[in-house]
Amino acid sequence: MHPSRRGFLLGSTAALTLGGASLSVHAAETDSRFVLIFLRGALDGLSVVEPYGDANLKLWRPNLLLPEPGKPKGLNDLGGFWGLHPALKTMHALYLANDLLPIQAVAGPDRSRSHFQGQDMMEIGAETRMTSGWLNRIAALLPANPNCDTAFTMASTSPLILHGPAPTTTWDPFHPRPHVSAGFYENIVAMHANDKLTGADLADGLRERRYIDRVLAGTSYNGVANGFPRLARAAARLLAAPDGPRLAELELGGWDTHSGQVPRLADALATLDAGVAVLRADLSDVWSKTAILVLTEFGRTVRVNGAAGTDHGTGTVAFLMGGAVAGGRVLVDWPGLAQGQLFEDRDLQPTLDIRAVAKGVIGPHFRLSPDNLATVFPGSEPVHAKSGLLKV
Amino acid sequence: MDFHAIETTTSATVPNMVDMALHAFRRFGFGRRGTEPLPDDPRLWLKAQLRAPDPLLGRPGPSMRNTALAAERFAQAQKSGAPLPGGFAGLFADEMTASLQYAVSTDLPFRERLVWFWANHFTVSARGGPWPFGLNGTYVFEAIRPHVTGRFADMVKAVMRHPAMLDYLDDTHSVGPDSPVGLSQHRSINENLARESLELHTIGIQSGYTQHDVTAYAAILTGRQMNTEGDQPGFVFRADMHEPGPQTVLGHSFPAGFAGSEDALEWIADHPATHHHIATQLVQHFVADSPPPPCVAKVETTLRDTHGDLTQAMLTIIDMDEAWQPLTKFRPPAEYIIAVQRALDLPFEPGRALLDATDDLGQPFRNPLLPNGWPDTAADWVAGEPLLKRADWAMTQASRPNAPSAEAVAAATLGDSCSPSTRQAIARCPTPAEALATLFASPEFLRR
Repeated sequence: MHPSRRGFLLGSTAALTLGGASLSVHAAETDSRFVLIFLRGALDGLSVVEPYGDANLKLWRPNLLLPEPGKPKGLNDLGGFWGLHPALKTMHALYLANDLLPIQAVAGPDRSRSHFQGQDMMEIGAETRMTSGWLNRIAALLPANPNCDTAFTMASTSPLILHGPAPTTTWDPFHPRPHVSAGFYENIVAMHANDKLTGADLADGLRERRYIDRVLAGTSYNGVANGFPRLARAAARLLAAPDGPRLAELELGGWDTHSGQVPRLADALATLDAGVAVLRADLSDVWSKTAILVLTEFGRTVRVNGAAGTDHGTGTVAFLMGGAVAGGRVLVDWPGLAQGQLFEDRDLQPTLDIRAVAKGVIGPHFRLSPDNLATVFPGSEPVHAKSGLLKV
Repeated sequence: MDFHAIETTTSATVPNMVDMALHAFRRFGFGRRGTEPLPDDPRLWLKAQLRAPDPLLGRPGPSMRNTALAAERFAQAQKSGAPLPGGFAGLFADEMTASLQYAVSTDLPFRERLVWFWANHFTVSARGGPWPFGLNGTYVFEAIRPHVTGRFADMVKAVMRHPAMLDYLDDTHSVGPDSPVGLSQHRSINENLARESLELHTIGIQSGYTQHDVTAYAAILTGRQMNTEGDQPGFVFRADMHEPGPQTVLGHSFPAGFAGSEDALEWIADHPATHHHIATQLVQHFVADSPPPPCVAKVETTLRDTHGDLTQAMLTIIDMDEAWQPLTKFRPPAEYIIAVQRALDLPFEPGRALLDATDDLGQPFRNPLLPNGWPDTAADWVAGEPLLKRADWAMTQASRPNAPSAEAVAAATLGDSCSPSTRQAIARCPTPAEALATLFASPEFLRR
């Protein structure tokens, strides 16, 4: 919540420096919404946006392929070479409405193939370790909101991507509340007032809890599946509020398909798609101002392993979607799957840095300057923002 | 009270024995239970726990046979069309609730903290699939609990042959490509366990191992399989799935076969990078979020000199002055829940109340998101809404019948460490329950 949260460990000087940076910058007022959906566990991009037109694919993974477009339970065609996994029904409709942009053969700069290292570096958004995440550093560039933090996650714990100089919120819409006297929480906040670790966080937390309670009052979850789709509903309600937060992080697991990949992936993708359907419906009033980035820490091996699964790899898929996104096509510089074209003879060769995508979205979306973008992704100057990702 | 100041002050005041005893309860245990007697010598009290037998190991505990039977009943019901039993869900809830209740009631809380620490270090998360879920209690009982005061290498070896870990990190899917099974079924290596074992369990990612080391180590770990059927379900070594030929890891060659793989585990567990890695984590857990390098060096030296004797490592920490600075560590949610229960000293609530509380407060027990387990610093746990949720839950607990008074709990658990601002906040509360909940939500009670 509080600027000192990460800085605390570094000592007060670092905290003040980071806090000062967040206070000194005030970008123009923005009405844009940005959602990041982190698919933790490493998504096999080749199974989700499948290059069915590449003859090499079936040499590496014959038992992982889905029927081609037009066949029963087959892929949904994305222009003659690519097929979208059939579990992604809503996302296919978004593609047809030019609101979904699949991005293939993308990766962050990390090559460790470690979930933790890969996720951490994806969340940090730099090539060397930092104690803050890039979604937080965007929030630090946006105007402060008196009601609540600019960025939030719908979860019980805060991910690294939201750690850093800007205050951010961790919100669980299904947490039960006890009956207490008026003033119970205010008294607790006062008790912590002089605690450098907790004081400011608790005060901000209570102010924000009162606001979020008002926004979410009366939200119905009837007909919405438990888990990710319900969290998507609460997140969308907050994002749709005119005076609410602007950045949301959602996460979904189930992608670490070392075995039995085909059925496991179908289940996980169906959950993702159900959440996307909720976001699309609940954000309809602000859809034209919305960009959603779906990413994962890295891809998986091109070859199937001994358990009808895949192991940790490199290049994979990401998605951009929303009314603001110039979709209806596949963004790819296809590296090919022939022997010799694989990264380290095992993985899809990445041909696009995820930071180029992120910079290409958030730059125009939040009217951030190149200097701003360099603070969001330190050291990324050689990675140029991809142009043309948004409709305007 | 200025907690930041406490962290930067070094032994400016010599604490008295009562303060030291209360600190020992908090820092090395889960907080004082009711008004249990204060040890005369807190350091000796801790050291005695390292030498006392673990009472849970003296009686039957969770077993793979129980889990396998539950799986069998489920499969039979599926086949016959009978109503499906609960699978592993009931087993998991019962075993985890029992573990949480044991942490509340034990007279050896320091030993139990070690079990929690190492279970997290060698995480098998319940979300990892049916066997990591159903075997979670068995795993900690068989692979972690017996070794927390023994040799680190013995814990590594127990972990690396336990079906829960082998399945969680996919070693049961790993087959040597040149083994008989690999050749006939065209199966190959799954390197998941090898990579996490190096990165998380032993030498750590800073040690600079390569993809070659991971691949070779994965070959060494082939053939480690689980048998889920019959009277003796458990670990089995399948020579016909084991990659033939010697393998070189970190420049050291190991012969093929089960004995060779055990040698590799011994060697990696006693590697200097492993000593440094686990010393850093122990000091971060028991001393300070930013582990003081001299403290890490002391524990590292102990581990090197004793070849990984974990009792000696903990004796080194107990004897450090830095470990006796009060209230410098923040309680993660699960520890906080146990501390509140011990302070209340009431009969247990029915069902899986404690397990549900760990979900609600953001640290679902034995169910972290990833194999690196739960984080261990205040920065990972301090935020407004999560702390308000602790206050919410504390209120439900403080409202239970026969709960003690806030003043009594403050005196029993904090003594002179209870600050004037906390005492004032308690005094302002209109009801005894809100006063107690406020104490549980205080800066002091959130720390250990």
